[in-house]
Amino acid sequence: MSETSSNNGARPVGSGAKLVYVSSVVLLCAWVIVPIYFLLINTLSSPETVNSFPKSFFPEFDFGSLHFFAEFSGMITALKNSITVALLTMTMSILIGAPAGYALSRFDFVGKNLFRLLILLTRAFPLPLLALPLAVMFIQTGLDDTTFGLSLVHTTLAIPFSVLITFSLFSGIPLELEEAAWTLGCTRLSAFRKVVLPLILPGITASAIFAFVISWNEVFAAAVLTIENRTLTAFLLQNLGTSPLHLKFAGGFILVMPALIFIFAVRKYLFAMWGIANR
Amino acid sequence: MAEIEIKNVAKNFGAYEALSDINLTIADQEFMVLLGASGCGKSTLLRIIAGLETASSGEVWIGGKRIDHLAPKDRGIAMVFQNYAVFPHLTVFENIGFGLRMKKLPNEVVRQRVEKVAELMHIEMLLSRYSGELSGGQRQRVAVARALAMEPDVILMDEPLSNLDALLRMEMRAELKGVLAESKTTAIYVTHDQVEAMSMADRISVMHQGKIIQADTPIQVYRNPSAKFVASFIGNPPMNFLPASRSGTKWSVAGAKFTGPETKIDILEFAVRPEDLKSADNGICATVKIVEPLGAHLLVTCTVEGHLFRVVMDSDTSLKTGQIITLAPQANRIRWFDPETALAL
Repeated sequence: MSETSSNNGARPVGSGAKLVYVSSVVLLCAWVIVPIYFLLINTLSSPETVNSFPKSFFPEFDFGSLHFFAEFSGMITALKNSITVALLTMTMSILIGAPAGYALSRFDFVGKNLFRLLILLTRAFPLPLLALPLAVMFIQTGLDDTTFGLSLVHTTLAIPFSVLITFSLFSGIPLELEEAAWTLGCTRLSAFRKVVLPLILPGITASAIFAFVISWNEVFAAAVLTIENRTLTAFLLQNLGTSPLHLKFAGGFILVMPALIFIFAVRKYLFAMWGIANR
Repeated sequence: MAEIEIKNVAKNFGAYEALSDINLTIADQEFMVLLGASGCGKSTLLRIIAGLETASSGEVWIGGKRIDHLAPKDRGIAMVFQNYAVFPHLTVFENIGFGLRMKKLPNEVVRQRVEKVAELMHIEMLLSRYSGELSGGQRQRVAVARALAMEPDVILMDEPLSNLDALLRMEMRAELKGVLAESKTTAIYVTHDQVEAMSMADRISVMHQGKIIQADTPIQVYRNPSAKFVASFIGNPPMNFLPASRSGTKWSVAGAKFTGPETKIDILEFAVRPEDLKSADNGICATVKIVEPLGAHLLVTCTVEGHLFRVVMDSDTSLKTGQIITLAPQANRIRWFDPETALAL
């Protein structure tokens, strides 16, 4: 993080400016890291320690809370649901998003800019506003309380990102490479398969993982649209409201960790969305 | 036999006419250079021949077969791109063999052909490298080798040397010319560099604003430009122009008299190359404005009755700014243009 800031930000001049610079970097990092660290400590502490004061700064490595979750009934089903929905979301958002990204980067068509704007605008509608009509529609079509129905909603949420990320990735591949392949005996399709796809695969994977995380993290639609087949987020939201504090911490930790790991793994490609990919 | 015929090809981008009424025949094994400033349509024409762009109208024939409706891969062409377009995810070997693999040739044949062209282009030691590990010049060689490995009827090159530094460009120019002559392939080569065009081409097509102005051998294009545009584009410095008016049976140019062509027009343009002028006792009077010693010779910029006039002189000549010199053109090198049509007479 500090590396990115020092590369892109204005370089500090005097020692006073340097102090401000360093302290803001530290502050920003602390802003993100400290809550996660506390989450970690409290997850790995015994119930007594969690409720006591002052807090310890070092975890006790007490796996009691985590162990509780492993045996909590419905937990495994919810986890399975979460993964199913996230995988479906990932597949659909790439299958729909990547061709759109390719079209945006390779073809000129009327309304191209409007289309890009519309893609972003889909993020402007608050989900709670759509949830009720969606729930009604889902009940009418029988999609309610199914993992597929939920993944449709999650796909809608993930598509803007998959389109924009893949658009940027495709734009980074010179058209001349494809043209060269065409002159060397490829059709449009085989040129895509033999030249574009191998070059774009890491980026597509990253974009897919990002879609996975979006679905994994989503709680509102999951809570409204499912009852029996709850995903982990909705399940924990439902059950932790009345649980003791140490279990809330552990539940939060279980949710945060996979998302953090995945995002960390693909961070390089997420910058591609803003056109500053370090290829 | 891979003779290329381009018949009445035109290309419009919306209302903009990128190419109009292009007719050109390129003989088998000929090295044709399309020369022009950027935006003249030379790359568009090349891309139409390659099939990367569709002509708005007209026909393209290669080896007696009409090919303008075919996909690039079915045209028997290979192309070398300005940015080389070497596939970054493949080794040099696989890059050169890419087209051969697409043709589903057996491994052994692919290996032999790749090694043959790699040797020809002096990159046999780079075969296991990736494009990221190559210099610009090496990438260029890979791109040419990849095109040659296809053993195409026609090889198309779009400013292939423009991204190389000057010294390397000169070296590659000569090498490319030799390799292509040996491969007995018809070649079309797009460039904006007239030195490249002059030194490599069998014939040059000078293009301007979407039209071919003149298609002829380099020396003809240089000595006998068919239009004023060609005369002012080719040559560094380009031809000098002065207005000429009828004076009896002769033509008067800046006070001097010359024998000109038989014509009904009363005003002509007199043109002469800077190196075809000598100081003499009588001739055109010029005022020296700038003297530039270039080592081998002296480039003198003068004015003649307000018109810019350049002369290439021996580097031993001593001249001062403001000095008036008298210049006599070599009689058989004088050219005449019609100021109305800008065409040669």
